[in-house]
Amino acid sequence: MSKKFFALASLLIILSLTLGACAQPRPATLKIAILAPLSGAVPTFGVSTRDGALLAIKEWNAKGGVLGRQIEAIVEDSQCEADPAVNAANKVINQDGVKFIVGEVCSKASIPVSEIAEEKGVVQISPTSTNPNVTVKADGTTKQYVFRACFIDPFQGLVGASFAINELGAKTAFILLDQGNDYVRGLAENFEQAFVEKGGQIVGKETYTSSDTDFSAILAKVAEAKPDIVYLPDYYNIVNLVTAQAKEKGITAPFLGGDGWDSADLDRAAADGGYFTNHYSEQDTRPIVQQWVKNYQAEYGSVPDALATLAYDATNLLLAAIQNAGTDDPAKVKDAMAAIKWEAVSGTITFDQYHNPIKPAVILQVKDGQIRYVTTVAP
Amino acid sequence: MNAQPPTLLERILKGKWIGKGFLLLVGLVVVWWVGGKALQSPSLFLQQIINGIQLGFVYALIALGYTMVYGIVRLINFAHGDVFMFGAFVSYFSVGLFQLHLWPVRVFPGLSPTAAIILGTVSVILLSMVSCAILAITIERIAYKPLRDAPRISALITAIGVSFFLEYFGALPFVFTPNFITYKRPFEIVTWYVKDGIHRLEIGTEAPPGSVIFSNVLIIIIIVSLILLVGLNYIVRRTKIGKAMRATAYDKPTSRLMGINVDGVISTTFAIGASLAGAAGVLYATAYPQVVFWMGIIPGLKAFVAAVLGGIGSIPGAFVGALIMGQAEVISAGYISTPMRDAVAFTILILVLLIRPTGIFGEPEREKA
Repeated sequence: MSKKFFALASLLIILSLTLGACAQPRPATLKIAILAPLSGAVPTFGVSTRDGALLAIKEWNAKGGVLGRQIEAIVEDSQCEADPAVNAANKVINQDGVKFIVGEVCSKASIPVSEIAEEKGVVQISPTSTNPNVTVKADGTTKQYVFRACFIDPFQGLVGASFAINELGAKTAFILLDQGNDYVRGLAENFEQAFVEKGGQIVGKETYTSSDTDFSAILAKVAEAKPDIVYLPDYYNIVNLVTAQAKEKGITAPFLGGDGWDSADLDRAAADGGYFTNHYSEQDTRPIVQQWVKNYQAEYGSVPDALATLAYDATNLLLAAIQNAGTDDPAKVKDAMAAIKWEAVSGTITFDQYHNPIKPAVILQVKDGQIRYVTTVAP
Repeated sequence: MNAQPPTLLERILKGKWIGKGFLLLVGLVVVWWVGGKALQSPSLFLQQIINGIQLGFVYALIALGYTMVYGIVRLINFAHGDVFMFGAFVSYFSVGLFQLHLWPVRVFPGLSPTAAIILGTVSVILLSMVSCAILAITIERIAYKPLRDAPRISALITAIGVSFFLEYFGALPFVFTPNFITYKRPFEIVTWYVKDGIHRLEIGTEAPPGSVIFSNVLIIIIIVSLILLVGLNYIVRRTKIGKAMRATAYDKPTSRLMGINVDGVISTTFAIGASLAGAAGVLYATAYPQVVFWMGIIPGLKAFVAAVLGGIGSIPGAFVGALIMGQAEVISAGYISTPMRDAVAFTILILVLLIRPTGIFGEPEREKA
């Protein structure tokens, strides 16, 4: 009996030693996880984000990688929802041993992922999550390991409000928002605050839920209130439904939104005449923008949207920070990131104390089936 | 020992009228409150009523399918909402890809534009109805028929399974994709406003204050729904198959003994219900122009509530229940807040189940042989 036990025990020890040795090969590549919503509510956002990030990695690999190592991308579908995003983050950190994450796209998914990243000491840079809570903890301190490549909701709300008042001459605004969406709520609250501070008047505010399709009841109220502008900072799927129904209700006030409008699936006929704030315009003439548009077109055959651009910028920022740190130790990379100054496609980026980039925003208009560049607003 | 006469409190607690009294109270509060809102701005109130009618008629078409199938096989066909989604997608493909709505113009170039639009729209709706009928017969043969003599819970769970299958099969990239897709209507929107008579409202212009706006979508929804309802009524009341359906609903084994092809009747019922859902899918997508694979879930549940409210198994009940649901939803969205609309819809379900489980038109459940 004891002999048998000894044999079994020694077998187990030998097995665990060999398996242990197998499980830890020398890391030949530097792994970067890309968390993008490839399915779910906003799959076009996910595809653009993945493509932008992969192109950045491809360009770095062509130049010899970072720190002499090739970069390996691990793409996970995080569905723009908290639970799948958390599962994907745990998978890449615990199973794949990833120390760097690019993602998620949506604030409501990025916020829970950022808590994991901060706890595990993994550097996360979200390309497009604009809610302040992505990089800031509940107690107001900055999450040391979490960054973003886009400006935040207060800024988009502020830009939207000052554009409405200064350029469009709006005096009254009606706000439509999805109370259950952090991104939409963040933009709407900051628009409201800035619009009132600048002397505008909010004549109505209505909420809906993301599964609504019939907006007739609240649009009847908008038609009754006759505002100068309707602020609708939601994603393109809701924008398509609301603007299509608004046209039939005799609402002539222009709609104004945020970067959630930026999608190839935006119904340009329905949203005609609407404006939105965005991160970049491919009509920008800076050489870095034109070079990026050219490279993206060569790779994927289409013009890059803001999602792809920010994912490209975010991945570049992360890799530049690793290069500057001279090591793949996340604790050093995060310090290099906080101190970076990088000329990105969406403008020259530096980080403020809350790890939000300081850079300009553009205003675009949907007109006659085209997206037209209107103006750039610096912070 | 003398039996004490029941005290007032006991009478209230035991009496059946507590439910009715409560319902009356709730009803009075709602009427008083809605009435107050209506007087504040009558035109906005009328506008909301019109919005509610538009929604209610679509729900009615879906609710009829639930109620017919339940009336005959006692199955709550939860896949019905997804058949509705399928109908919307069929019309999306027939309009967007194959431009079926333009065939009258191509075949008869001399046709007047109005006639061409009507003919084109009708053929789009008919194609969706036929496709949904075929889909429903297939589902019935594959999933429900083998369970005809199984406990009702098995069939119910199968229905939920079929519902999930249709949704997630539809979400596959080579089927309907998981994306939100903008729906192209088979006709152009025309809008009118009512103020001192009916006037045409050009798109992009504002209606004068105090006017009520409606569009040709509303008219088409009402006309198509009424035609289908009258047709359904005719089939159920006046034709041989209708008689067979009523007999099967009343007593399946005896109907079989009398020489009625019960399986055929059940298939026909599924097909008719599904074709109404298919028409509802086209109308819904026309009114709210976006299609996505899960679009049938919420309208399906709401129509189910409408069918229960009207008395599940009752055809006029489904129609009345759906109109009430449409109004309740739009009024609560318009005067409380939009997120409340779902809460109100399902509160209605709970209240009906608590107070009058058989619904407005329902009869108490008959014991079956």
